[in-house]
Amino acid sequence: MHDNEHTSHHHEESFIRKYIFSLDHKMIGKQFLIYGLLMFFLGGGLALLFRWQLAYPDRPLPIIGASQQYMDEGEVVTGADRMWERIYESEKEEWLEVNMPNGVVDPAFYNMLFTMHATVMVFFVVVPILVGAFGNFLIPLMIGTRDMAFPILNMLSFWFAVLAAVIMTIGFFVPGGHAAAGWTGYAPLSSDAQWTGVEWGQILWGLSLFVQGLSSLVGSINYITTIINMRAPGMTFFRLPLVIWSLFIVAILLLLAFPVLSSAIVLLVFDRLAGTTFFTTTAEGGGDPLLWQHLFWFFGHPEVYILILPGMGIASELIAVFSRKPIFGYRSMVYAMIAIAFLGWIVWGHHMFQSGMRPGLGSIFMTTTMLIAVPSAIKTFNWLGTMFKGSIRFTTPMLHGIAFVSMFVIGGLSGIYMANTPVDIFIHDTYYIVAHIHYVVFGGSLFAIFGGIIFWFPKMYGRYMNDTLSKIHFWLTFVAFNCTFFPMHILGVGGHMRRISNPLQYEFLQQFEGMNIFITMSAFTLGFAQLILVFNFFWSMSRGKVAEQNPWHVNTLEWEAPTPVPHGNFGQIPTVYRGPYEYSVPDEEDDWIPQTRPEHAPATGGD
Amino acid sequence: MLQWLPDNVSTFGQGVDNLFYAIYYITLIALILVMATLITFLIKYRYQEGKRATYIEGSTTLEIVWTAATTVIVFVLAMFSYPQWNKIKSPTSFPENPDVVVQVSGKQFNWDMTYPGPDNEFGTDDDLILENELHVPVNAVVHIRLTAVDVIHSFFVPQLRLKQDALPSRFIDMWFEATKAGRYEIPCAELCGFGHSGMLGYLNVHAQTDYDAWLQERWPQ
Ligand code: HEM
Ligand SMILES: [Cu+2]
Ligand SMILES: [Cu+2]
Repeated sequence: MHDNEHTSHHHEESFIRKYIFSLDHKMIGKQFLIYGLLMFFLGGGLALLFRWQLAYPDRPLPIIGASQQYMDEGEVVTGADRMWERIYESEKEEWLEVNMPNGVVDPAFYNMLFTMHATVMVFFVVVPILVGAFGNFLIPLMIGTRDMAFPILNMLSFWFAVLAAVIMTIGFFVPGGHAAAGWTGYAPLSSDAQWTGVEWGQILWGLSLFVQGLSSLVGSINYITTIINMRAPGMTFFRLPLVIWSLFIVAILLLLAFPVLSSAIVLLVFDRLAGTTFFTTTAEGGGDPLLWQHLFWFFGHPEVYILILPGMGIASELIAVFSRKPIFGYRSMVYAMIAIAFLGWIVWGHHMFQSGMRPGLGSIFMTTTMLIAVPSAIKTFNWLGTMFKGSIRFTTPMLHGIAFVSMFVIGGLSGIYMANTPVDIFIHDTYYIVAHIHYVVFGGSLFAIFGGIIFWFPKMYGRYMNDTLSKIHFWLTFVAFNCTFFPMHILGVGGHMRRISNPLQYEFLQQFEGMNIFITMSAFTLGFAQLILVFNFFWSMSRGKVAEQNPWHVNTLEWEAPTPVPHGNFGQIPTVYRGPYEYSVPDEEDDWIPQTRPEHAPATGGD
Repeated sequence: MLQWLPDNVSTFGQGVDNLFYAIYYITLIALILVMATLITFLIKYRYQEGKRATYIEGSTTLEIVWTAATTVIVFVLAMFSYPQWNKIKSPTSFPENPDVVVQVSGKQFNWDMTYPGPDNEFGTDDDLILENELHVPVNAVVHIRLTAVDVIHSFFVPQLRLKQDALPSRFIDMWFEATKAGRYEIPCAELCGFGHSGMLGYLNVHAQTDYDAWLQERWPQ
């Protein structure tokens, strides 16, 4: 079971200590990664179910759906018919019978599907992977220390996340079904069971997010402390790699934002269980539905930046390394991230332009939102600047880095339409928003995640991922992603509302039937392409080509540590003499200089 | 892409569309420039045997230029948008003396349209409540008091370029003036429960004479 790579002063650990209740930041990072990948399948599966319904409204699903004869005449022809026959004959109210009789997605079930799809993807996939996996694995290694400041808290943070996932999963099977009020959980729909028929699902949804909040809180305190206090000698703030900067900023955002959601959730649960009416008005007075929206989005907008900033950090590493060039404008990259983090607190009202919020406020939030496009543009130009006069290696991680930049540009530009209050009147709550979200979160964050996994895999597992499979996965994903989400801009321009289960109920949406079918077919391709990634991931863990210590010739500290990285990371804590992006320095033989190489000539300015 | 926009039939809709087009062309140009630069760089600066990358750490001038340029563009866009937004949404700038006033109320899963009747007062005997059918004359200013009885709904008429959430126990004012007679759909645009999909009303915009006939039929004098 154990490879004997441990440095001698570390005693052997039991299986449980090493793989389950591990205190080692690297193991916790890998745990978060596998957790995120598993949840990615849950979230993706939910999406494919409702995509089927959108393309073929009220028609039975393939494979498990009943046949036409069975539905018309009760004649059992297929294996699926036999299954449905058994289900209808059983005394119990079977789960399938309630949610998709004959394999047709019921409208209430449809609402649950997209609600849980978004909830899972945001809270159980992207944040755990970006922050939990990359944060844990990279921070101590890249700042040059042996572990996190609080290893026990770190372990707790993972196990809170597991508990949250368990609670969230239970919600699917309680009577009344899971939460079905959207991932944004707007009250009063979410705050009173009579409007949806969802009883315990919504409460478990809240409880689960509350626990996930504890996980984030504990994790973020740990990250902040570690980065401030435990940097290796010489590792000044302006010698930190950008991915560490992004995780540092994100930890601060998480620490400040998540408690707002947690508090709102407590109020929501009180509304449901004790009738406190914080979010509804009654004849005798009460609260206000808009209060929920303000609280949710005050958390929610910083949250969307939590979803993208580490992606930006990862993409910056990939682009610098594989262009063999310093980051163009390192400091303005840092300042742009700080600006995004600050502005992120004063733009939440852009989700509420049409909510009944005072129109004058709409104008103010439009202005702040438009401003946030500025640091986003700065970052894009700097990525381009980094490639300028580089020597670009088209490795698979780099392909993902390039995809990140180009997809993020589209997502950022579509944000400007919605930031514009008059235009938002039309496109708010349409597929335009759905296109935007996915260009930033899938096209942005997920491509960065894929690139990051392939890039750091050799350090995590001592092996490469299979490059052919990675390349096939990349191209399939890139093409299928664009085929799935680009047409959604057009749907949005046509006025196609989001969150409707049957577009054919509307005269003006008839024309989009073909496009919806096309999108669904692309979505299925996209979904299946992800199987390649996950297969490759697990297969390469034990079968991949063995990797050397620093296969990509990278300057940052994690590559100075032996592979596989032992407990305690470094034999001796490294000393840092230079910035992280000294690539292709003139008059140097190699095109890279590790951060640990002492300066032999006088410093050449820069940072 | 913008040919997919439904035909506009409101007086303020053209203003919205103009902004839409302006942003479309600005972002399209930005997108083309960025993508062209990216592709050029990828081709020109791809790895070539014996060629090294040039060590460049950045350029303060460029940073200032592109920060200033984007800031100016977004501010100019914002400047053009304020008046348009106020015109549509700010009750203080609504046209006065509406020709028609209707109360629209969303409830799971219908729109109730309440006409105040000849006395122009809500809550009296001559009120008329229609389910899912809104009748207005063409080229006339219509004021709507929007509300909801249970959860949040959203009143959306794509052709009017008008969308507004309806909140329980609050009345939100909106207005429009339709420029073309016809029958238009009023979908609900905010998730409101299992019947959200298919929550659908109709806006009937009549020529003035037809509208008068409709009034006569409802409140015969
Ligand atoms: C240039 C930067 C951006 C601008 C100007 C912008 C603007 C907006 C606006 C105005 C909305 C609300 C639209 C509406 O509901 O009518 C919105 C929604 C959204 N944005 Fe962005 N955005 C930007 C970048 C991002 C990034 C980087 C992310 C995340 C990684 C993101 C994620 C989202 C999400 C998830 C929603 C939808 C929330 C929902 O209603 O479910 N955005 N954005
Ligand atoms: Cu936002
Ligand atoms: Cu509704």
